[in-house]
Amino acid sequence: MPKWFMPAAIVCAAMFAATPMVIALAPFESTMGLVFKIFFYHMPSAWMFLLGGIVCGVASLRYLITDDARHDRSAFAAAELTVLFGLLTLVTGPLWARKAWGTWWVWDVRVTASLVSWMISVAYLILRRYGGPGSEKLAAGLALFGMANVPFIYISVNYWRTIHPATSVVPTLPVNMGLPLWFCVVTFLLTFVLLFKMRVRLEEQRARLDAVYLSLDE
Amino acid sequence: MCSGALPASTVSAQQPEQTKKYIPLSELPPAEQLPAARLLVGAYSVVIVGLFLYVVSVGRRLTTVQREVERLEADVKRSGRA
Repeated sequence: MPKWFMPAAIVCAAMFAATPMVIALAPFESTMGLVFKIFFYHMPSAWMFLLGGIVCGVASLRYLITDDARHDRSAFAAAELTVLFGLLTLVTGPLWARKAWGTWWVWDVRVTASLVSWMISVAYLILRRYGGPGSEKLAAGLALFGMANVPFIYISVNYWRTIHPATSVVPTLPVNMGLPLWFCVVTFLLTFVLLFKMRVRLEEQRARLDAVYLSLDE
Repeated sequence: MCSGALPASTVSAQQPEQTKKYIPLSELPPAEQLPAARLLVGAYSVVIVGLFLYVVSVGRRLTTVQREVERLEADVKRSGRA
């Protein structure tokens, strides 16, 4: 691991430990009350979910163009993080919706598109796990569909009639709500970067292991 | 002939309005405040436990692969094939 990894991991852990205290400083929202505070974990999770989809798609595209295994390893790592953060988003969302909307789930355009995107990432991982030789290229093609869905998820609330909050809620947040949110976003982003680095390292070690096995066979 | 489409006014009456802006709760009377501690604790727990388990999972996988690489590289060196 690079030298910056451990200090960054310590900073990240400290920031995560501080998030409940920072969030506690934010006022309650008028219609949702306490349950609004789920937003401070739900939204950063959702952004990391979308970021994972973009990283996976871009790395897959570069892999398809250059055939460089490093990009494939990055795509694989990002796909796993997309599944992880997608799961966190799809669990925290209904916990919030139960109180805010009075239901666990609605087949709302953003919620449904997020579920579809998450399922594409799960399909990517299943393809990589059980697809056999050549599945890297097929999975890379699948990742492009996942990436294409990302802007659709983001803008969907502005163009379709939906009860999901619009994208305008973030820029219009009062400072005492906005600062805790951005603190959480930075914390989640740092977490994403560190997990991505760890996961890419795992793929590098697996590639090294394959190389050693090949050298033994020769 | 039967049409499945509802007039726009009916659709808008069934669906709650989309949230455009958040307002601090302190601006409302206490009777309208909606505490939901269990949902909040559940959501935070899912995130923290989920991330922790993933870190443990990647750490264990990484350790296993690194050990195997080191073992195999040592075998290769011992047998003089490197």
